[in-house]
Amino acid sequence: MFDKTVVELARALSRREISSVELTRLFLERINKYRDLNAFITVDPERSLAQAKAADDRIGKGEAGVLAGIPLAQKDIFCADGWRTTCGSKILSNFVAPYDATIIKKFNRAGAVCLGKTNMDEFAMGSSNETSYYGGVKNPWDTATVPGGSSGGSAAAVAARLSPAATGTDTGGSIRQPSALTNLTGLKPSYGRVSRFGMIAFASSLDQGGPMCRTAEDAALLLNVMAGFDARDSTSVEAPVPDYTQSLDGDIKGLRIGLPKEYFGEGLNSEVAKVIETAITEYKKLGAQVVEVSLPNSQLAIPCYYVLAPAEASSNLSRFDGVRYGYRAKDYSDLLDMYCKTRAEGFGAEVKRRIMIGTYALSAGYYDAYYLKAQKLRRLIAEDFHKAFESCDVIMGPTSPTTAFKIGEKSDDPVAMYLSDIYTISVNLAGLPGMSIPAGFDAKGLPVGLQLIGTYFDEARLLNIAHRYQQVTEWHRRIPKGFE
Amino acid sequence: MDWETVIGLEVHTQLLTRSKAFSGASTKYGAEPNTQACAVDIALPGVLPVFNQEAARMAVKFGLAIGAQINHRSVFARKNYFYPDLPKGYQISQYELPIVSQGRLTIDADGAEKVIGITRAHLEEDAGKSLHEDFRGMTGIDLNRAGTPLLEIVSEPDLRSSKEAVAYLKKLHQLVVWLGICDGNMQEGSFRCDANVSIRPKGQAKFGTRAELKNINSFRFVEKAIEYEIERQIDLLEGGGTVVQETRLYDSDQDVTRSMRSKEEAMDYRYFPDPDLPPLVLDDALIEGVRATLTELPDAKRVRFMREYSLNRYDAGVLTSSREMADYFEKVVSESRAEPKIAANWIAVELSGFLNRDNKDITHSPVTATMMAGLLKRLADNTVSGKIAKDVLAAMWGGEGDADTVIDKRGLKQITDTGAIDKVIDDIIAKNSKQLEQYRAGKEALFGYFVGQVMKATQGKANPAQVNELLRKKLSP
Repeated sequence: MFDKTVVELARALSRREISSVELTRLFLERINKYRDLNAFITVDPERSLAQAKAADDRIGKGEAGVLAGIPLAQKDIFCADGWRTTCGSKILSNFVAPYDATIIKKFNRAGAVCLGKTNMDEFAMGSSNETSYYGGVKNPWDTATVPGGSSGGSAAAVAARLSPAATGTDTGGSIRQPSALTNLTGLKPSYGRVSRFGMIAFASSLDQGGPMCRTAEDAALLLNVMAGFDARDSTSVEAPVPDYTQSLDGDIKGLRIGLPKEYFGEGLNSEVAKVIETAITEYKKLGAQVVEVSLPNSQLAIPCYYVLAPAEASSNLSRFDGVRYGYRAKDYSDLLDMYCKTRAEGFGAEVKRRIMIGTYALSAGYYDAYYLKAQKLRRLIAEDFHKAFESCDVIMGPTSPTTAFKIGEKSDDPVAMYLSDIYTISVNLAGLPGMSIPAGFDAKGLPVGLQLIGTYFDEARLLNIAHRYQQVTEWHRRIPKGFE
Repeated sequence: MDWETVIGLEVHTQLLTRSKAFSGASTKYGAEPNTQACAVDIALPGVLPVFNQEAARMAVKFGLAIGAQINHRSVFARKNYFYPDLPKGYQISQYELPIVSQGRLTIDADGAEKVIGITRAHLEEDAGKSLHEDFRGMTGIDLNRAGTPLLEIVSEPDLRSSKEAVAYLKKLHQLVVWLGICDGNMQEGSFRCDANVSIRPKGQAKFGTRAELKNINSFRFVEKAIEYEIERQIDLLEGGGTVVQETRLYDSDQDVTRSMRSKEEAMDYRYFPDPDLPPLVLDDALIEGVRATLTELPDAKRVRFMREYSLNRYDAGVLTSSREMADYFEKVVSESRAEPKIAANWIAVELSGFLNRDNKDITHSPVTATMMAGLLKRLADNTVSGKIAKDVLAAMWGGEGDADTVIDKRGLKQITDTGAIDKVIDDIIAKNSKQLEQYRAGKEALFGYFVGQVMKATQGKANPAQVNELLRKKLSP
């Protein structure tokens, strides 16, 4: 039962083949059994089972929502009423959210059960889950490697079948890169598609929540629940939300796939390149055609991102000051000392690094050279995509330049770590939807992700393209050894 | 040396919206600490601001009233600094692109009109309050005020004296209250002022180094703080020193300004556009909609009062000091059909005397416009004299009812019956034969004595003109 997809479980629940309580118990047991993966920061079986019981009652009365009784893991960046919500940080180690994020509210309404809060890089700053105050997460495909980040806990949990699906958030690749490294189907929606209310902000103009699943079909089902305008998020977009499950089977004959030459150059691991080429060949068999496109400003994405994201983060994280909630240093002599000690003790090294970079970039005298310049680059990067989409319907390429790397391998070299998001970051800068889907494995048996990039609000097409591939391939069905 | 003072003012006005600038919490003043602070106001992790459009309409109303440019696109920016009563660690404000720019306000400066430029007016949110009274050795934080919308109005450095600064402030205060966008309550902090003050040798074009005075929360303190600061700067410069650019705090107890932080210590607020809020875009429909709600403004009303009612500039100014005062005056004139000049005098002098004495606003006057009109009618038809009318007004103020009731109850109706007055005069003359003799011998000053006696005998109710006329006849030989 634990290897079933959300769609399959929903069917089993509605046919009363299993109850939500049984299902929830099953996954809670697996979470406990595989706790060495460290995929969860907080589990609260009582709370989860109460939710499952309520879902069973609703199913019994025939008034169940689309996800009635489905257990889901929530990234610990989403506030959920009554749940400790840490964002992977010590500074929120004692914070119990008193309200629900909009997407949590939507999942609750749909009848989903919260299995627990998944581990993540501290404040979503990281690509390996190693910056979490609650310890790193192991990749189920090779426990000596990282699951990627920042949504590493969600990735490991779904890959190891500790949860049928999970939520993630993606500021520079945090859904797609861990999905690629753990063989998942992860979708970062267009900026504004999913409400950010209740999602703890890292970089407000880039952050976007989305589903991390095993199939495109499941991702469509979850996105149906998550997407939509929210009056409490001024950056959410008032565009109609289609039923994403309805267009999955659409024919992709004649689909124009754009391959940016910049995504296949130096820095790309040759085994990853081979897997991607094979996947493209598969698409050709499905009737798609390939065109070469160019994203000439791609190489500027990382420097641009590492000015803008830290700049916004330096301001977003100011509220963690020890005054109203969260961690406060024990001994301090005055207000300034309280601020300094609280933040010095409460934040980890990577978060501090980004706060300092961001503070510097916004400082008087440097603002024009860094922040303003980066904003200009951001527009150029978006224009590149705009031009590319004149000659293609979807852009494809690798999600990550390498497969999962060893724990500790890059943790002392921030720049090497930043480069693992080289293909994903520009998508956030442009605000476009992006996906990563399982496309094969390298010689070590580590998964490779294929990235699909669509134009604005073209999630339905991305899911359709992903689903057609999954109908003719079986990469996404593989289970990591030891978790069968 | 002759020094010239240069002053620019920054005024924070709390906008009278019902909910906060970026949350749905109430803006009502005086609630128990932290009972009007929602998740957004206390900056819980994950919350987001949603702009209250009503605040934009109020800012536009102000902009139109000062003939300013209304910017169709303005941008919210974050002003970053750490303080315990600033929950997010930044204040949402407007920086490079404010909602209103380039307006002007005309003030009375030494009897002449002077136009003061208004550089900009921008929207921002208020901070909470730190409560320094003892909380077991700690400081308390009240976030009820956090997120209350403010319009910060920045003047050009066009003011040349503390008197002008006060005149500008009063004019601005009158206007925002008139427009209904601010309650103007300075004690509760709804209208607060910072002053940039510098001096320069008369005739010099270049500005001197300025000091920014903070925390001046009454008209009187503005004047005193600026006066003190001017003296301090003159003393410094004439003593061979220099003025340093700094922020100074006014201490009203000691009547001094004290250095708070120097330019070197000035904070770098790291302004940048708030990524949680799209630019504020105003379409013509909104602006025109607001324009349609604009009624006659104080300056226009004053000019009309001068023209239409032949009032002098001073009286017209008093009568247009608030919309309620102006309405009161016009209602009295139309209901009493009294001479406007007389109505103006009774309101601006007599009624205002009572209002000031009891510290009451015209809206809370126990003498309504209809009651005042009733009194003026009795004055016009000679039921009472001007002197008696003052007594009637006092009685009305004291709650004895309208003019007719007071006149009736107190028997204050004027005696205009010639026969009755004749009788009193005859009686007085008979009792004062000695004075009559002296008067007839040429001591004309005694005429007043006889008038006084007659008025006394009639308890002031005899018509003074008739008394004069009849006495003159009877006293002549």
